[in-house]
Amino acid sequence: MKVVLKHLTKKFPSRNKKSHEEVVAVRDFDFEIPDGELIGLLGPSGCGKSTTLNLISGLQKPTEGRILFGDEDVTDLPPEKRGVGLVFQNYALYPHLTVLQNILFPLENLRGAERMSKDEMKKKAYEIARLVQIDSLMDRHPNEMSGGQQQRVAIARALVKRPRVLLLDEPLSNLDARLRLQTREEIRRIQRETGITTVFVTHDQDEAMSISDRIVVMKDGVLQQIGRPQEVYDDPANLFVAKFLGTPPISVFSGRVQDGVLCVGRDAVLRVRGVGDREVVVGVRPEGYVLREGGPLCCRLVRVEVMGRDISVVSAHDAAQSETIRSIISAENIASVHGAEVGFGLKPAKTYLFDPETGERILFEAL
Amino acid sequence: MEKNNNKAWLYLLPALVFLAVFMVYPLIDVCIYSIEEGYNSASQTFFGVGAYNYSYILHDPYFLQALKNTLILVAVTVPLSTGIALLISVGLSSIDRLRNLYQTVYFLPYVTNTLAVGLVFMILFKKTPYSDGLVNLCISFFGGEAVDFIDGPYWAKMFVLCFYTIWIVMPFKILILTSALASVNPDYYSAARVDGTPRWRIFTRITLPMISPMIFYLVITGFIGAFKAYSDAVALFGTNLNAAEMNTIVGYIYDMLYGDSGGFPSYASAAAIVLFAIVLTVTCINLLVSRRHVHY
Repeated sequence: MKVVLKHLTKKFPSRNKKSHEEVVAVRDFDFEIPDGELIGLLGPSGCGKSTTLNLISGLQKPTEGRILFGDEDVTDLPPEKRGVGLVFQNYALYPHLTVLQNILFPLENLRGAERMSKDEMKKKAYEIARLVQIDSLMDRHPNEMSGGQQQRVAIARALVKRPRVLLLDEPLSNLDARLRLQTREEIRRIQRETGITTVFVTHDQDEAMSISDRIVVMKDGVLQQIGRPQEVYDDPANLFVAKFLGTPPISVFSGRVQDGVLCVGRDAVLRVRGVGDREVVVGVRPEGYVLREGGPLCCRLVRVEVMGRDISVVSAHDAAQSETIRSIISAENIASVHGAEVGFGLKPAKTYLFDPETGERILFEAL
Repeated sequence: MEKNNNKAWLYLLPALVFLAVFMVYPLIDVCIYSIEEGYNSASQTFFGVGAYNYSYILHDPYFLQALKNTLILVAVTVPLSTGIALLISVGLSSIDRLRNLYQTVYFLPYVTNTLAVGLVFMILFKKTPYSDGLVNLCISFFGGEAVDFIDGPYWAKMFVLCFYTIWIVMPFKILILTSALASVNPDYYSAARVDGTPRWRIFTRITLPMISPMIFYLVITGFIGAFKAYSDAVALFGTNLNAAEMNTIVGYIYDMLYGDSGGFPSYASAAAIVLFAIVLTVTCINLLVSRRHVHY
């Protein structure tokens, strides 16, 4: 089911009673989720991603804008009429019911023609439990299960009514690191097998990048960029997106363009075309550094971290906006990292220019 | 390990001493008195040992009256007060405006002086040479016949006693239940809404099980409190409860010890043991029921 958000805006009345200013959680959202895709809503906490999810689920009403499932306008429908499945961050499994009873709960709410017989319900519950691989735990109570198992039950409960859209609110944040890796594969598999359009919210860019068909980056209620994970990573729309994606993070320098040459501090690092003389912010991905004796970007070496396949060179530069910058280079080059100084060349495709005021991307052509 | 154990007993000693002196010793003493015939606390003498005391009180019409009153009081007030308190709490937690005001109003009886409350009930129910009381005014207004609630027929007096008891115990129950309702994670309700759960089903399948430990606590303490009722009856009907047919078991025990016809610690002890047995039985039944319906 295709989901279309049209100029979606959600304002909350201010908590501070004295000021009547409204808090805008989501501002003029406009995008389309293609049928059957897994979408990651990504952003720092408080950016409005959970609000967006609640607007899609119908738990909250938008102040302005429309929501469409396929061609049907669901903006004014209550959650139960929208056909959504929602998995909560804390799972919200009913603790006094067994796994089976939890999964049956949504089915037992059905009335009229949709109502199934007891046996049918049970059959469906087991079918979905097999999909998420908890069919051997049906008689347990939620508090007798691990976090990962509870997560699966929550997904099963959300899926048992065959929703048109599945929504997951921070599905992995309550799991430990190992389980997180496992469960995200699991979510991917379940989504692929069911083919249900799925939206999940996360603040972890790693999580979003690894399993999403598309990611939506948000900041302060404003959509920053939508695209396939690799596209967004390779082609960030602005400094925020560039900084938010990628581990280790992008390194940021103050620089300027003068006569077609990009300068970082006193180092002339790249020849660029298409940018007039101006101040810029330079972002370089860790993999964008080329270790070269006498390379144009001259940094003080702080330390070298060996990671096996790669080495991570931690160094400092006066024009850098952070204390240290981190570059990832192939471990074969480890011999050439020595002394107090280290020189880098920059890969033009991994180097980005941004406006220092607005943070908007400045496109350039490398020579 | 051994040394630690000794230390533990040392730390427990103050509590154990108090419990022993003020709980265990009197308990054992009451058991002993209840089987000693005609025990006299002044001369410390008794005639013999046996079940005579029990036989006496179980044939005493005053005791049987007190037993009947207590059982009616328990059977009426515990379910009613808990049920009404639940309704009011659910109502309170589903409104936004004026919620604090209502909460305060419902909590007022808890902090109001008992004598003031007694006076209010007098104005409501008491027949005096000058007035029939507010309730009777209402009854007459709607064409009914005035009833003497304080010195009149048994059912009227019982009604006043139950009414008073329910009103007095309500605030505490509302307080407990509103906080229990507030502690239910709202995500459960959101999850239920997304699944299209009807409101009644949300209440019976989610809200009630979630707050069941608190309800259970209120029922148990409610039963015990109602079995121990005495002062409420005195506040309404005066000290001569036997004459008013409004005595309770605890009232009977008190009368047997200190009342005008008192001075019978053996009978009082036997009555106390009977009360204890009843409360124990009821509590055990409660526990058995709770095992199936209370979810922690």
